[in-house]
Amino acid sequence: METFAVRPGLRRLGGRGRGGGLLRAALAVIALLVLAAALAPLIAPADPDAVDLSAALAGPGGDHLLGADASGRDLLSRVIYGARTGLLGPLGVVAISTVLGVLVGLTAAWHGGWVDTALSRSMELVFAFPGLLLAILVVAMYGPGQIGPMITLAVAYTPFVGRLVRGVARGEMGRPYIAAYRALGFGGLAICLRHLLPNIAPVILAQSTINFGYALLDLAGLAFLGLGVQPPAADWGAMINEGQSAVLQGALGPILVPGLAIVLSVIAFNIVGESLADRVSRR
Amino acid sequence: MAGFLLWRLAGMAAILGASSVLVFGALQLAPGDPATFLLSGRSATPEAIAAIRAQYRLDDPLPVQYLHWIGGVLTGDFGRSVQFRTDVGGLIASRAPITLTLIAMAFALTMILGVALGVWSATRPGAVDKAVLVGSSVAVATPSFVLGFVLIALFSVKLGWFPSIGAGEGLADRLHHLALPAVALALTFAGVLSRVSRTAMIDQLGQEYVTVARGRGVPEPTIVRRHVLRGAMTVTLTYGGLLVPGLLVSTVLVETAFGVNGLGQLLQYSVTVKDFPVVQALTLLTVAVFVLANLVVDLLAPLADPRVRLGAVS
Repeated sequence: METFAVRPGLRRLGGRGRGGGLLRAALAVIALLVLAAALAPLIAPADPDAVDLSAALAGPGGDHLLGADASGRDLLSRVIYGARTGLLGPLGVVAISTVLGVLVGLTAAWHGGWVDTALSRSMELVFAFPGLLLAILVVAMYGPGQIGPMITLAVAYTPFVGRLVRGVARGEMGRPYIAAYRALGFGGLAICLRHLLPNIAPVILAQSTINFGYALLDLAGLAFLGLGVQPPAADWGAMINEGQSAVLQGALGPILVPGLAIVLSVIAFNIVGESLADRVSRR
Repeated sequence: MAGFLLWRLAGMAAILGASSVLVFGALQLAPGDPATFLLSGRSATPEAIAAIRAQYRLDDPLPVQYLHWIGGVLTGDFGRSVQFRTDVGGLIASRAPITLTLIAMAFALTMILGVALGVWSATRPGAVDKAVLVGSSVAVATPSFVLGFVLIALFSVKLGWFPSIGAGEGLADRLHHLALPAVALALTFAGVLSRVSRTAMIDQLGQEYVTVARGRGVPEPTIVRRHVLRGAMTVTLTYGGLLVPGLLVSTVLVETAFGVNGLGQLLQYSVTVKDFPVVQALTLLTVAVFVLANLVVDLLAPLADPRVRLGAVS
């Protein structure tokens, strides 16, 4: 089992060193996305749902900085509003899967024995269902939407967190401080939550940040398939779903604009996640 | 060896069994009565409901229903599609060749591109290495369907080199039709694999035998081709095998983008028209491919590198 040397806290984040500039750029992109999502009504130059057929498939420039889609809706405004579902969906997936994964991983590591075996086997079973597939199955049961796929993906992502937490926690449990707290009469729950968890939190944060990018891709894919956020909502995946008919007319803008937003976001979250993991594994 | 094989097969059977219970149970967990759920959106005449109840043995206790269903699945009977009104098994069999061809093409592309880029960046530190790293980061973050539409706009609409839709008839026409979808499907996975093979190559290049070979004056290209590449292939091949289930799942996105009527598009369509038996069958098949790919990779690793003993890696 791979174990990680754990460094407490993330104070060095953003510090100098190799890749520091890249990391700063990635953090800036994420900050920009969060701002776009939070202040969409203030920043967006136009109403994202305002149809103007005279501007249908207009190119970039003029009234529409990034062009317009087949209904003449402003692509820049739509992509800014799209940051809302674009970030909230993955955030939900990552939040739920992190909590569940920590619960499962810590329980398995702390109890060991049959509890560990049962939890590890359950995680293996969930592993056999790729996230996108599991989400499609659930949509087939309950219909398309935002909440169902989000919860399903969270379940599918839980083993990635759970396996990591289990491994790191097992390594951590062999260290003297755990035995010391035990000798002092602290309960298992208190040691796990107050002392063990803070020590392994950076590793978990790194994994969850990387998961964010994957969740964003999965949710965008579902929306593109027409099984997630439904058109005409200003969501990146849904915009691509609506934009596909214009491709054959030679208009790629309605797909390229949300597509680039997805690519840029995922790259930014991957860079941050990877440099977090890098910092954690380097002692 | 035999013990390990049996142990692995038992584990595989357990995962598959549990998955099948989950996929079967999905029908029970779905909202409403199973019979009306299966018929949702279609005329639920009393006769139709009675026919569905009889077909799925919905009046029997759940364990009996499951045994009846799994017995059918094991003999290739996945029930009847409520949309196409044909056997689900036949439906899948008629679509499977298209998807298998697409996956084979994408897998070949992934391996060739991934290994080539990995070797290239491992043996040329500096600008080339960095460029490949940036390229693979972008590739990993690019959704296959977005890339697909870019390829359609460029190579189908603008240049007219490739068809933009459909799967084609006959071998040559099919390869021509599936070329762009295969590229769209492969790029992300090639990006992942290039990193794996780069790491494996660098790991091998740091080994003592490389220093010895260099000291003896063996030319660098020979060292790379004859020794390092061979050593790095085990890890790369193993990882490549594990990408196959991911390729299969991603066909749902690529086939939908390109209008290729394979299994992926069948899955998307079946969910849209609420054809639940088809969704169940395709889900179970994908899980089976995932479990099988893991088993095959585990069993093949020792063949590629005799130093890997069966069961040594857990």
